[in-house]
Amino acid sequence: MAVRLIILLGLLLAALTGHAGEPDGEALYRQHCAACHGYDGMGGVGIPLALPDFQYSVTNKYLKVTIREGRPGRIMPAFSNLSNKELNALVKYIRRWAPGKPYRYPVTPVKGNLARGQLLFNRHCAACHGTNGEGGKGTGVTFSRPRDLPIIAPALNNSGFLNAASDQFIKATLMNGREGTPMVSFLKQGLTEKDINDIVVYVRAFEKNRPPARKTPLDTDEATIVFESAYDLKTTINNIKDAAVGNNFIIIREQTLDQGLVPADKENTKQRIVFFCNFGFLNKALAVDPRVGLFLPCRVTVVEKDGKVLVYAINPNRLSRLFNNSELNQMCHEMNDTYISIIEDATL
Amino acid sequence: MIRKSVWPLILAVLGLLLVRNALAQDLLMARVPMTFPEAMSKLQETLKKHKQTLSRVQRVDIGLTSKGYKTDKYRVVFFGRADEVQDLINQYPEFIPYLPHKIAVFAEQDETVLVAANPEHLFKSDNPKKQAIVKRWHADLEKIFHDMRQE
Ligand code: HEC
Ligand code: HEC
Repeated sequence: MAVRLIILLGLLLAALTGHAGEPDGEALYRQHCAACHGYDGMGGVGIPLALPDFQYSVTNKYLKVTIREGRPGRIMPAFSNLSNKELNALVKYIRRWAPGKPYRYPVTPVKGNLARGQLLFNRHCAACHGTNGEGGKGTGVTFSRPRDLPIIAPALNNSGFLNAASDQFIKATLMNGREGTPMVSFLKQGLTEKDINDIVVYVRAFEKNRPPARKTPLDTDEATIVFESAYDLKTTINNIKDAAVGNNFIIIREQTLDQGLVPADKENTKQRIVFFCNFGFLNKALAVDPRVGLFLPCRVTVVEKDGKVLVYAINPNRLSRLFNNSELNQMCHEMNDTYISIIEDATL
Repeated sequence: MIRKSVWPLILAVLGLLLVRNALAQDLLMARVPMTFPEAMSKLQETLKKHKQTLSRVQRVDIGLTSKGYKTDKYRVVFFGRADEVQDLINQYPEFIPYLPHKIAVFAEQDETVLVAANPEHLFKSDNPKKQAIVKRWHADLEKIFHDMRQE
């Protein structure tokens, strides 16, 4: 018995150290990146990584810093726990899409005129990248619903981007553009190298005058909102429905919480869910982040226990935190207020 | 003798779990290399395989298109373990609005994307019993997502 256990342990350790010794870049990519960037690197919720113009223009360091730091508030998560070996394996795998050597940039910072850079940025860049460089609205390459740009313009005022990008890299991106994306060469658009230098200086300055970060919900906030109702179960449910309709929702259905999980005669009829939806709001939310299905449909659960009637809902602010999407945080504040107003109307 | 040799094994397993955990993201996501209907039926099989009962499939896309909005296929799948739901609710009512569990499923051309919240990142707690429950939910989800990533 002991011998068998020792052999098993040996195998386990071998598996463990084998894993740490030679991380599998493809496996890491498939597990951590493909959901957003696609198995083929052509994008999805994330932007494309496989395009040759992107591959040749970015350094390995750019890729590594981007993976480590992510893009705070712009969906791309920070993979701060990957080991150096894992990072290298990932980068090697990503590089497969465009064999050949990426550019090497001089480390010299770009010099130029900040005020002129701002004017040029507002004229040539703000329409896609936002007035403050906050990036386009929505996510990567979304196939599932219509919108203006085939690829989202990344945030340029983002700490993750600015830490990864050197001046010379930004300059080269503006000079050359990226074929196959809406990001065109601004030399070909008629700007001079001096114009481009000025814009680079302006983009770099986002580092210092970034707009105040939007409030991110704390991870210590409770995940659940709960209210005690002054009414009985049935009245509370009817009140919830009225309040939801009053707040421009459509009632989808009412059911017991365990419906479909247990036989119909075993359902607990004192735990009831009211589902409702506002399709206009939902459509807007899906454009901001296609993953908002996790909030759907809107729902309030009413439970009668020990003579009390309690009303439960998710805390949208807290759930939103998991999405790393500051645009969505904003919508969730609205959602939060709506939930609370519906529940207060129904319980007070 | 036997007890002594069990310990390193337990530690090794714990170590493995820790390694996996350190990489876990706030949202679990998987790209299923299949069309939407194929992925939906694979998800149903996979849930069954992991002893989960499907309680309902909410069709989000139908509601949207009937209101005139354009969208690709989009569903929310609700599921749970019949034998534990009531138990959980009694002990930890804060789980109520998150039960049954859910996975959002949406089409991206001829592939399908799955998303679920990582319960360990949603329910931080000092209570070891509650931690253990949430950890197990997470592990169950990881197994489902792992299976769904395979072709
Ligand atoms: C028509 C819309 C559009 C305009 C105008 C535009 N961009 Fe872009 N830009 C994009 C898109 C889309 C990308 C992402 C390309 C990709 O997927 O690789 C991008 C990428 C970039 C990048 C690389 C960022 C990164 O994270 O990879 C930089 C830097 C950049 N743009 C700066 C600018 C500047 C400065 C201007 C103005 C001179 C400008 N862009 C004008 C759409 C635009
Ligand atoms: C949850 C979705 C998601 C996941 C998972 C994800 N990314 Fe991203 N990634 C994005 C988005 C969205 C952007 C664009 C950010 C922006 O618009 O500002 C991005 C940007 C990037 C960029 C910058 C591209 C450019 O043009 O400068 C790189 C590089 C990148 N991701 C690599 C990875 C790698 C490698 C992984 C896996 C370790 C990964 N991403 C996982 C969504 C994701």
